[in-house]
Amino acid sequence: MRQKTISPFSITRRALLAGIAVLPALSFASAPLRAQEVATADANTTGLAVTDDTVKVGILHSITGTMAISETGSVEAEKLAIDQINAAGGVLGRKIEYIQEDGASDWPTFAEKAKKLLVEDKTAAVFGCWTSASRKAVLPVFEQYNGMLYYPTFYEGLEESPNVIYTGQEATQQIIAGIDWVVREKGAKSFYLLGSDYIWPRTANKIARKHIEKLGLKVSGEEYYPLGHTQFNSVINKIKLKKPDVIYAIVVGGSNVAFYKQLKAAGIDMAKEKPLLLTISVTEDEVLGIGGENIAGAYASMKYFESLPNDNNKAFVAAFKEKWGADSVIGDVTQAAYLGPWLWKAAVEKAGSFDIDKVRAASPGIELTTAPEGYVRIHENHHLWSRTRIGHARDDGQFDVVFETKDLIEPNPFPEGYQ
Amino acid sequence: MIGDYTYTEFTSILAMQGFAGLTLFSVFVLMALGLAIIFGQMGVINMAHGEFMILGAYVTYLCSQFFSEYLPSLFSIYFFFAMILAFAASFLLGMLVEWGLIRFLYRRPLDTLLATWGLSLILQQAYRSIFGAREVGVTLPDWLMGSIALTDIIEIPINGLFVMGLTILITLGVYFAMFRSTWGKSMRAVVQNRTMAGAVGINTKMVDRMTFGLGCGIAGIAGSAFTMIGSTGPTAGQLYIVDTFLIVVFGGASSLIGTIASAFSISQAQSTIEFFLSGSMAKVLTLLTVVGILMLRPQGLFTLKIRR
Repeated sequence: MRQKTISPFSITRRALLAGIAVLPALSFASAPLRAQEVATADANTTGLAVTDDTVKVGILHSITGTMAISETGSVEAEKLAIDQINAAGGVLGRKIEYIQEDGASDWPTFAEKAKKLLVEDKTAAVFGCWTSASRKAVLPVFEQYNGMLYYPTFYEGLEESPNVIYTGQEATQQIIAGIDWVVREKGAKSFYLLGSDYIWPRTANKIARKHIEKLGLKVSGEEYYPLGHTQFNSVINKIKLKKPDVIYAIVVGGSNVAFYKQLKAAGIDMAKEKPLLLTISVTEDEVLGIGGENIAGAYASMKYFESLPNDNNKAFVAAFKEKWGADSVIGDVTQAAYLGPWLWKAAVEKAGSFDIDKVRAASPGIELTTAPEGYVRIHENHHLWSRTRIGHARDDGQFDVVFETKDLIEPNPFPEGYQ
Repeated sequence: MIGDYTYTEFTSILAMQGFAGLTLFSVFVLMALGLAIIFGQMGVINMAHGEFMILGAYVTYLCSQFFSEYLPSLFSIYFFFAMILAFAASFLLGMLVEWGLIRFLYRRPLDTLLATWGLSLILQQAYRSIFGAREVGVTLPDWLMGSIALTDIIEIPINGLFVMGLTILITLGVYFAMFRSTWGKSMRAVVQNRTMAGAVGINTKMVDRMTFGLGCGIAGIAGSAFTMIGSTGPTAGQLYIVDTFLIVVFGGASSLIGTIASAFSISQAQSTIEFFLSGSMAKVLTLLTVVGILMLRPQGLFTLKIRR
């Protein structure tokens, strides 16, 4: 779905003439509206796609290929945010027009499309990417052509780019609070760490292991399975033998479904919490595929759940379902993707300019009181201050929020002592 | 005491691990059977095998929706209907593909590789357009998701037993179809000498079409059964394809016994190594061993001795 741009050659001459005739009237009519706002020449000194009425941004996610499963929700959230911003008058009085490109679950394609969005389309911001691999692929492009990327996924940290705002949690924010909770509330003494075999689960489990060992508790096993692995019977037997208090699972994608179905089939009843299952990779989106009945009783630790009872979230959920259907669900990353356009708007309006450098300078300290997850604020390191919550999975695919941290947790992408 | 564990614990785990290995074996046989028939009998490498499996899975999904909506009283046995429909759907699609695509490419094995790969992409995008990019959750009747507790520790998953039973049934069915029926005779005749088979009055084109359809149909049943253990999404077929090819190639392309033997050895190796080392390591070691053996024995474990 690419944004349609009308080529002047496709318009008939008569329409063109009529258009020209209307132009002065239009600009006259809207002149009082724009008078108090920033002139385009001042708001855009670097040749971005900004006119008196519009500003172009990019949406760059996979809508085909393996990752389409996960990234669809992010695209929907970003479009919703853009619609709402436009309905409320746009950014600096300019309507947002988005150009959507498909990364096709292929990392070189992501880099190529990012370049297109920045160099050809001159977009003022790009909302996109999902996997760390795709972010790493576009990073040099954004740094070379000085673009601004709003990245929604919770991820492993160890990165801080001047050209990226990370709207999801970095690993320590998500992990440490969760482990502290399970130790404090459930008296957990031993953990079995399990993950899909790539950078995020490995880095996350490294942090988890350090933290567990710091607390003087035991890691009774740690292992990884290739992406797409569908047979977990052996590891389930090992877990039964070692009897950990907590299975700490970071399995992703299609493997997720296989893992939870087989866990249930093997007679591990998560509702009994013996062992208890704590995950950081299952949001409401994933539960759709897994099936609520197969994961009910497990705990998830992240910053957002669809069931959060605050008013911001109620409005957001209602708007989302109205636009994308009553059956749609909203996971942690979808909410983080929704924050992107709003954070960008706030930064642009604080800077009074669309210039990337000015937006970057204005970003730290930007706060959003209307965020569905509650209050968030951009840190100097381009990540968000946020709360971490524990959700208890229900049969119907939703989570009951059973705990939330009292304070906002400071993002710490380069945690000392955890590497 | 063995290590940190008591004797009963140890034997129980041994038993459960043995069962896990057998389940994996059944899953592998079920996955590979369809591909082995097509590859072995027709020399066609069907890269869209995984997508035929997912067609079966989606049919099962539709059935689960239909039964829970309109026939809730029969929901507990819908799975059997679903498997039959899954077979029918993939069988028909398979025949259609053979008719529209494969039959033009019989003497060009590399082109069939490319064509069926293209077909797999087309099917993936079709699933994505029809069912959405997200995975769908197939609700299973409760009796399929439980386990039988034999002792305190030993618990046998029912879906594992189910897959095992199904595999035995299908394997026997294929055996009878290929070696005890007239159609099987014609099929084997066509494999051995196509011209001669045509000369004695066998409709070789029809035999080809049926063979391809049968292979795809079995893939459909496999996909339907795998909704119990895996995910159902547009690209989920890709999860199975590598293992499937590995088994067929390792077993020797044209031998069903070879496929079964290869599935047995790979599954046992994998589940044992997984237990003692880790998942990724098990995969690496299994692949290394297979590559090593194939270097010494490029034709695979078993070969059919026929005059060329």
